Amino acid sequence: MVTNHTEHRLAIVGAGVMGTNITTLAVGFGVPVVLVDLNEEVLSRARKTITQKLRHAQLMGALPQDRPQGELVTSLSMTDVADATTVIEAVVEIPEAKAKVLAEASALVRPGTTLISNTSCISVDEMAAWVERGDELVGVHFMNPSYMIKMVEVIRGSGTSDATMESVNGLLAALGREALVIKDSTGFVINRLLHPLINTAAMLVQEGVASVEVVDGLLEGCLGHSTGPLRTGDLIGLDNLVDSLNVLYERRHDESCRPCELLLSKVREGDLGRKTGRGFYDYGKVAT
Amino acid sequence: MTTDQASGLAPVAADEIAAALLGFLADRIKTEVAPDQDLFKSGLVSSMFAMQLVVYLEETYDIAIIGPELKLDNFRTVEAMTALVLRLRAAEDAA
Repeated sequence: MVTNHTEHRLAIVGAGVMGTNITTLAVGFGVPVVLVDLNEEVLSRARKTITQKLRHAQLMGALPQDRPQGELVTSLSMTDVADATTVIEAVVEIPEAKAKVLAEASALVRPGTTLISNTSCISVDEMAAWVERGDELVGVHFMNPSYMIKMVEVIRGSGTSDATMESVNGLLAALGREALVIKDSTGFVINRLLHPLINTAAMLVQEGVASVEVVDGLLEGCLGHSTGPLRTGDLIGLDNLVDSLNVLYERRHDESCRPCELLLSKVREGDLGRKTGRGFYDYGKVAT
Repeated sequence: MTTDQASGLAPVAADEIAAALLGFLADRIKTEVAPDQDLFKSGLVSSMFAMQLVVYLEETYDIAIIGPELKLDNFRTVEAMTALVLRLRAAEDAA
């Protein structure tokens, strides 16, 4: 197991909320990163966001003091993933988008390169059909903010090899993360529990049963949640949440996962949560 | 060089900084806080909000909070933040 940070070179595809989160974590732990996105404007914003997130991580004492930061390179070209020891896919939770990125990355890297999907809901076995060597694919569900929350959910697909598991465990140790491994299942453990909870919380607000603050206040005050479900939704991004709920609903036919009208209307209005400055809560200005 | 000299930053008093911070906090977290109250321990503010405090102080007082000064203890209380601003502005003037 390679736990020394200097032995890892990461390529991260997708420079959105999670791509920048994972990049911050890796760079902060001394691992070099090539961050790939199709859009220069997105990459330009990502560089600023990562700078701010690195400051946030330092402020919170979340980074090792004894390591120089890893180098960050941003790129518009997928071919730049070719030399990575691990590729992390962090694009939107839309099957076609993930399929395209995973297939391209898999064709570019050397055999033996670990492919990680930071999937929210789409199962690892479904994604394994899209790549050249399905045994090299593993799901890692990093939390947000990735540099603050030590625990990650690791999803072992039915075809994921022992070598891939060893590799991902080494990487996560180098990044100071702790992993709990589960078997494959659409939505996994966290989002099968969390996404219907957030959707139902939004439904309660929509029905006028309680305000946003009261729903979150009850979950925080009575059940000990550190962040209420609606504030968590704002952190995830309500557009991403709706995409994930759609994946869960289409595959599991669970009515509690059909995105409720209040969520859909917020997405239509562009109130996507923290990243746009407003979702269920008003954050004053765009949070980085 | 002292903070009074024209070549440096315009002087700002500790009580002005504290009053502005208390106003900022009251506006953003909808709660009145005491100058010596630990904002994080009391659960009033999240770790995400801590970064907003950093940006607010940097933009309002024209300072850069970097290196060893970028630590949570400097933001725990209004008093600690006020001291940080005065310290960094004095360092800026002395430079």
